[in-house]
Amino acid sequence: MDAAEIHRRLRDRFGAAISEELAPGPWPTCEVRSSAVAEVCRWLRDDPETRFECLSNLSGVDRKAADAIEVYYHLYSYAHRHQIALKASTPRLDPVLPTLCDVWPVANWLERECFDLLGVRFSEHPDLRRILMPEDWVGHPLRKDFVEPDEYHGISTRRESLLKL
Amino acid sequence: MSLINAVPETVLTTKVDALLNWTRKSSVWYMLFGLACCAIEMMQTGGPRSDLDRFGAVPRATPRVSDLIIVSGTLTLKMALRTKLLYEQMADPKYVISMGSCANCGGLFQLAYSVCDGVDKVIPVDVYVPGCPPRPEALTEGLLKLQDKIQQERWLVRKSDEVQAA
Repeated sequence: MDAAEIHRRLRDRFGAAISEELAPGPWPTCEVRSSAVAEVCRWLRDDPETRFECLSNLSGVDRKAADAIEVYYHLYSYAHRHQIALKASTPRLDPVLPTLCDVWPVANWLERECFDLLGVRFSEHPDLRRILMPEDWVGHPLRKDFVEPDEYHGISTRRESLLKL
Repeated sequence: MSLINAVPETVLTTKVDALLNWTRKSSVWYMLFGLACCAIEMMQTGGPRSDLDRFGAVPRATPRVSDLIIVSGTLTLKMALRTKLLYEQMADPKYVISMGSCANCGGLFQLAYSVCDGVDKVIPVDVYVPGCPPRPEALTEGLLKLQDKIQQERWLVRKSDEVQAA
């Protein structure tokens, strides 16, 4: 099944929760209303025609100009060898999305990474802690307005350019 | 008759410092500790082709019995604290080889928010090995340089500031 057909089925099933347009590309992307993400994903996994067993990737982008954080879900079906990506948008000031941990267990660590680097909170997540940065780190480094601290536990994060010496 | 002629030919004479240093430089045990791709080259260095073992250097799985820590790879700020902890657990005398561009100065990743720009910001370094990553020959050369350094050490003479204090 190609992505346009999957998109059409999603529109039939969920209506306005799915965007009308499907962004083309190697991994065609459609937008999903943030409140419907978990429901849509569970249906895509369980429907025998789509059978997306694999959450390939979960990543986020800080769209500062649009005052939003976009989270991308890349889905792949080993059974049917087809793929589609979903995009969910959430406000920058209070980014909250439903967790997918009970749909694909791999979402646990991927969502922790997204929380760590962008500050997106995934509601009902069983263990939402930092995963890459130190536990006592302040801020979310992939936010566009993140300011790197001058030092971390006495370790300076600055080094003079060797070309200036 | 001089003393040197009084001892049998089977006896060697040397300085105690030189003997101590010779024994110590020939058993530099390094910690099993790798951070990134440089650690793959470090494994090769310990492997049969370049065989670090012929210089007396063998990997040890605990800092308590290690003489040398080879910081091989990108040091993140998160790992920097743990590296310092490992270094503090080693018994004196202890040595540090900074292996590769990342450990030397942060390398390719020095502008990243999560990277410590050089292990010398955390623990004192004896030998820097350049390269990205350094070949096994380069790390072997680094160990030989460290052996040269060990051989120049003097343990049985008082340092000048200690003499003045006494």
